Amino acid sequence: MESQVLKVTNFSAHFSGNQVVNNVSMKVAHNKVTALMGPSGCGKTTLLRCINRMHELIPEAGVSGSILLHNKDIYRMNPILVRKKIGMVFQKPNPFPTMSIYDNVIAGYKLNGISLKRDEKNRIVEDSLKKSALWNEVKDRLYKKGSFLSGGQQQRLCIARALAMNPDILLMDEPTSALDPKATSHIEELLTELKNNITILLVTHNIAQAARVSDFTAFMYLGNMVEFGLTEKLFTVPEDKRTEEYLSGKFG
Amino acid sequence: MTDGKLVFRIIKDRLFQAVVILFSFAMIVPLFLIIYYIIRNGISVINWEFLVSLPKPMGDIGGGIANAVVGTAMLVIVATVFAVPLGVCAGIYLSENKKGRIAYSVRLCMEILQGVPSIVIGIIAYSWIVLSMGTFSALSGGVALAIMMLPVIVRATEETLKLIPENLREASLALGVPYSRTIIKVIVPAGLTGILTGVLLGIARIAGETAPLLFTAFGNPFMNINIFKPVDSLPMLIFNYATSPYPLWHAMAWGASFVLVVLVLGLNIVTKVITNRWKVRF
Ligand SMILES: Nc1ncnc2c1ncn2[C@@H]1O[C@H](COP(=O)(O)OP(=O)(O)OP(=O)(O)O)[C@@H](O)[C@H]1O
Ligand SMILES: [Mg+2]
Repeated sequence: MESQVLKVTNFSAHFSGNQVVNNVSMKVAHNKVTALMGPSGCGKTTLLRCINRMHELIPEAGVSGSILLHNKDIYRMNPILVRKKIGMVFQKPNPFPTMSIYDNVIAGYKLNGISLKRDEKNRIVEDSLKKSALWNEVKDRLYKKGSFLSGGQQQRLCIARALAMNPDILLMDEPTSALDPKATSHIEELLTELKNNITILLVTHNIAQAARVSDFTAFMYLGNMVEFGLTEKLFTVPEDKRTEEYLSGKFG
Repeated sequence: MTDGKLVFRIIKDRLFQAVVILFSFAMIVPLFLIIYYIIRNGISVINWEFLVSLPKPMGDIGGGIANAVVGTAMLVIVATVFAVPLGVCAGIYLSENKKGRIAYSVRLCMEILQGVPSIVIGIIAYSWIVLSMGTFSALSGGVALAIMMLPVIVRATEETLKLIPENLREASLALGVPYSRTIIKVIVPAGLTGILTGVLLGIARIAGETAPLLFTAFGNPFMNINIFKPVDSLPMLIFNYATSPYPLWHAMAWGASFVLVVLVLGLNIVTKVITNRWKVRF
């Protein structure tokens, strides 16, 4: 098996005692797309938010178990450092409304007070926008506000913003659920492009999407990790009865 | 249902509508009357001379209100300098901490402060600053006005920041930006228009206040730009001239009223324009 970027072991998360992620273990392989799917409310978003330590921002939320990033426990690291190494793209596009497209891409540096040389900035912006397949659409209006873009473009801008930080892994929480089919297929193409250079953990509602873009799939149900393995195998010969039922649309 | 009953209902409906419209119109009548009177009586004395020259001794024709215009400007600036940082910080705190004992008390204090009569606030500034410094001053007047402005700014800041989507904060935090920087560089800029609106409304609210200035800024027939000395202000000048027995001074009071109303209306209009133009799209 390929080298692992992220290793989740016996991990649980709760909101004021209400266990929503229950003793979950999984791995995320280097430069692959790993899909995390399951019915609504099963804890996908919560698990994802634990991975870049956003979960703890909610009062009375807690975790147990371990998550290793390159064999280092992220819960023993400074959360700010963890969030810089682990990028996140949210369900709803959220570019910074007061910033231009250009500034949105380098927001991670700007907001953190990291000063870069002019041409270095230009290079990062161009690179990131090219990787997120937005460059051609916005290269003539880099100094316009990011919030004037279409929904799909905004989401790609958010992907560029995360890529600009050069993260070890990119977490994506249903990045296409707010988009129309065309923008969705655009982003799916982008994912298969991106995985040549970056490790992706993708939460999705959409079974077909998981089948199309992912190499590994994890299926969660009611906070438990039901099955985790190669996408091909999980979709063709699922081991667990619940996985089979979910895939055939019996629930979810 | 019989036809008669239906007709009766329709008539009742119409009547109700008519009453509502009538009352709404009745509401704008006073404003137009005020503006009409001020323009009719005030416009005749308004000219450049009136704005830039000092009052003449009683009996002399001419003279202006330059001292009051400058005094009001100073008072507004002092009040803004004190009220804006405090008010914005308190507003940020309240929007960030919706629950909790401190937030509850701050919110309650602001509500009470809003209800404190302005003359009482004047007395407080008098006993704090005028007594301890031994002199009436623009500073004490400015502080009194700042206290009056504070609740407006706190409320505006809190309400504005509360409306900023949570996902914006998360976008910033997820990039590894520390909390304090997220507030200062993402949340506050996104709400800047609303905060600015609150500040302008606060200024419009205090520009015409007289009571808190009676024993703080006190009034001054001469030009003064020292904040540790008494200054005149438009509302105080209006009060003094209007209560005098001289028709000449009455005309000056109307003129000053005109200037004050134009100022306040102007601020309100600027505020409206800002909120509409510079609205941040999320
Ligand atoms: N802030 C919160 N406070 C308390 N409970 C929460 C909070 N957020 C989520 N939950 C609960 O945690 C459980 C898992 O939620 P989560 O958002 O992780 O589900 P999900 O798998 O992402 O669902 P979806 O597919 O609908 O996005 C749900 O039962 C939800 O009610
Ligand atoms: Mg979710």
